[in-house]
Amino acid sequence: MNWDEIFAAATPELYLAFAGLIAVVLGAVLRERFATVSIKAGALILLGACALSLFNIEGGVAFNGLWETDRFTNLAKAVCYFCAGVALLIAEPYLVKERLIRYEYALLVIFASLGMGITLSANDLMTLYLGIETLSLSSYVLAAFNRDSQRSSEAGLKYFVLGALASGLILYGSSLVYGFSGSTNYDAIAQAEFGIGLVFGLVLLITGLAFKVSAAPLHVWTPDVYEGAPTPVVAFFASAPKLASMVVFATILFEAFGNAIDQWQDVILIISGASMLIGAFGALRQTNLKRLFAYSSIGNMGYALIALAAGEDIGGPALLVYMVIYALSQLGIFGVLLSMRRRGGMVEDISELSGLSSTMPWLAVCMTALVFSVAGIPPLGGFFGKLVVFQAGVEAGLWPIVIIGVIASVVSLGYYLRIIMIMWGGDKLAPFENMSGTVGITVSAATILAFPVFTVVIGWMMSLAGGSFSLG
Amino acid sequence: MGDFALLSFMIFAPALGALLLLWVRKITASNATSVEEESRVAFLVGLVVSAATFVLSIIALAYFQPGAEGFQLVEDHSWFGGTLNEAGEVVGGIRYKMGVDGMSILLVLLTTFLTPLCFLASWGSVKHRVTEYVAAFLFLETLMLGVFCSLDLMLFYVFFEAGLIPMFIIIGIWGGAERVYASFKFFLYTLLGSLFMLLAVIAMYLQAGTSDIVELQTVIPQIFAVEDGKFGVQHLLWLAFFASFAVKLPMWPVHTWLPDAHVQAPTAGSVILAGVLLKMGGYGFLRFSLPMFPEASVYFQPMVFAMSVIAIVYASLVAFRQTDMKKLIAYSSVAHMGFVTLGIFSFTEIGIQGAIFQMISHGVISGALFLIVGVIYDRMHTREIKFYGGLVTKMPVYAAIFMLFTMANVGLPGTSGFVGEILTMAGSFQASTWAATGAALGVIFSAVYMLTLYRQTVFGVMTNEKLEGIKDINRTEAIVFAPLIIATIVLGVFPAIIFDITELSVAPIMAAVSGLIG
Repeated sequence: MNWDEIFAAATPELYLAFAGLIAVVLGAVLRERFATVSIKAGALILLGACALSLFNIEGGVAFNGLWETDRFTNLAKAVCYFCAGVALLIAEPYLVKERLIRYEYALLVIFASLGMGITLSANDLMTLYLGIETLSLSSYVLAAFNRDSQRSSEAGLKYFVLGALASGLILYGSSLVYGFSGSTNYDAIAQAEFGIGLVFGLVLLITGLAFKVSAAPLHVWTPDVYEGAPTPVVAFFASAPKLASMVVFATILFEAFGNAIDQWQDVILIISGASMLIGAFGALRQTNLKRLFAYSSIGNMGYALIALAAGEDIGGPALLVYMVIYALSQLGIFGVLLSMRRRGGMVEDISELSGLSSTMPWLAVCMTALVFSVAGIPPLGGFFGKLVVFQAGVEAGLWPIVIIGVIASVVSLGYYLRIIMIMWGGDKLAPFENMSGTVGITVSAATILAFPVFTVVIGWMMSLAGGSFSLG
Repeated sequence: MGDFALLSFMIFAPALGALLLLWVRKITASNATSVEEESRVAFLVGLVVSAATFVLSIIALAYFQPGAEGFQLVEDHSWFGGTLNEAGEVVGGIRYKMGVDGMSILLVLLTTFLTPLCFLASWGSVKHRVTEYVAAFLFLETLMLGVFCSLDLMLFYVFFEAGLIPMFIIIGIWGGAERVYASFKFFLYTLLGSLFMLLAVIAMYLQAGTSDIVELQTVIPQIFAVEDGKFGVQHLLWLAFFASFAVKLPMWPVHTWLPDAHVQAPTAGSVILAGVLLKMGGYGFLRFSLPMFPEASVYFQPMVFAMSVIAIVYASLVAFRQTDMKKLIAYSSVAHMGFVTLGIFSFTEIGIQGAIFQMISHGVISGALFLIVGVIYDRMHTREIKFYGGLVTKMPVYAAIFMLFTMANVGLPGTSGFVGEILTMAGSFQASTWAATGAALGVIFSAVYMLTLYRQTVFGVMTNEKLEGIKDINRTEAIVFAPLIIATIVLGVFPAIIFDITELSVAPIMAAVSGLIG
């Protein structure tokens, strides 16, 4: 074994795995005493992993080509670990108040993040599957974390059954690809002659991955899981794993099947269009905010898929920038949802936001900015995310999908505006119970990122993402 | 002037003022001040900030040289995209570029002129959440100024669309009973139009490698050159821009959001909407459609003429049947904007000059008319025409002001309305006799509905007992109307002060299209 190679390519994941295992031991020994510390410790571990990914951003190849990291994956990883760490921090007040504080929570988030790191570093279908399963199994348990609640258990079970099916599809697809190309390595698959067998494998892989990013028509689990799972868990789901899955989706299509873009482009375009439209129309009638944002995320995945369909050179940087802006603003939005606590319990109905601008003006301003950002209205960050995606689509000549995207944008404004109108125009309700400092800071930080930070540094982000491609 | 960024300072001064206001409110909120105290502070801050912005725009005008060609007071910084040259500077890409020419500096002045009046006019009538109200208007002012000063297409788009947010909130919070419906309609209509423009902007940017408006004006007609008059990409791009500007202006048949928005908006919101926001459409035609897509503009001239004439005649007829005063003036705005498009697409110097003049003049007159409605609405809380009658006996000063602006809206010589209408009609007469004839019909109709409105509300016998106690305009209202009256008459008598400034900015537009028409 060449340890230099391994350290160059896989330090963050090795560190994360060891730290996670040590935390398991600590948890097993200290039990409840470790519970409250575990959240902060876990967040620290994840932020450390974020720093490590950035520290050695060039990455490398390890484990005989099973593992490959470059600037692109390391950037994505750093943002994933960061989001996971923040999602963990903002979970603490909720877990304490709901009496759910157990050390397993932090562990599950750490191992889910490890799974993301593995999938992002994968250069081989086996590594990919390993990572996806690590991520998914942790996620199923997280969704059912509130085991005394029927809704949470139901969400976990639904997610598990459907997720297992999707994993099975990925595995089956991988075996077909292996059978017809003779290898599971991305580079070798890219060299193989593209025949009908590979098409079947590819389609099954796309199906499984579309499930993981909750793209239509495999989106049906999303609203139910979002609604049922505890809110901090959803905050986590909505940010880091979405980003990781989408980047993995891109990596496998670009690297293993980059030459066969004419084979998969149409498929991606169809699921992209369907996702945008379902996301836009599905959310119009939702009154539960978590369900509403589930549909919103389906729609947003559709936009990201436009960049995916545009291919590596044109769409790659746009995809990364779009997903980073998206993931960070989701943390802010779910931070707002996490602070919606009234009469001793969480409230999730859209009407509970009524009159927020009078009772909690700053929270209302933040939510307004974040919602307009996700909706893609300038001058907020989300607009520039959509701009680069549309730009990629136009550059690749994918006019029909871009026009569908425009129409879906207008339709989706229907529900985004409803949220804003309720906050600013509705009757005054009692203010929410005191929100904790970390949640407040996260919401404020996400807002400041949405505007003015992203607006100003969008050029730097694009060149960073673009540079990672030319080097990788 | 050196490197001092006068335009940026002017553009962002209102936004900074709004942030200052929100900060002040945070301090005063802890001292538990009364609502009256809060609203007084808010309006005072708003008035001072917007007056300061007006002064800044006057300074900009002072530095502006009407005799120089091209854009002035230019600021240029790289924003994103573009490539590095040998010297390590970013060339091309999307830039933060600001500058004004004769046309835009006038619209800037119109904006900074109307905003302080809006605060004065709302002083007594808006009573709840005043701090947010003032802040929303100040943010809106920043965005409107940004639209008129941007010399980068993408930057223009950002300001153009961002302006929807404060206007949406203004209509949605301080509007009338149907405010939510009206604000949604306003937002969605305008957004759909402008997203198609965004796609066109992206396509142009990708082809040209820059979104600098000055460069695009020379590059785009070459890249998307039209071969043998065939329908091509240039026509599609023209249509995409048209979708956005036609909704904004608004032109028939996409004008239906306007009456709703006007009726529901608070008085000051209507003033800004009619006075400035609608002008962005006309500005867009002149800045983008004509210079960048000259062949397509000529190609679509008959369609635009038809739509303009329909707008003028149809909107005038609809206005005649309205029972709500604000709706009547809203339809009158649609009709008057028809003159603007008529003048622009006549492709004659006189028509385009007239269109710019008409935009400025209509900004002042329609703003004044909405304020006139606002005066009696504040007193009686209804805009039903039937409710009123015989106001002249109780409100003589008001009746006189109303008379002046009624005449100005009709286009009486001596008022600014006359100059704009006569020039746009003269311009369109050279291009199409039929269009000019239709427009002339509209002028007659406008006299019919405006004079009917005036007769029914101001003259006659006061039959409604509730009107017995109505008071004439107070000092604040008089201060609001005074500058508007002066502007209307001065522009009507000395229209040359506008033409001297716009003359050189019309020349390049004419140069782009003049070779194409026979």
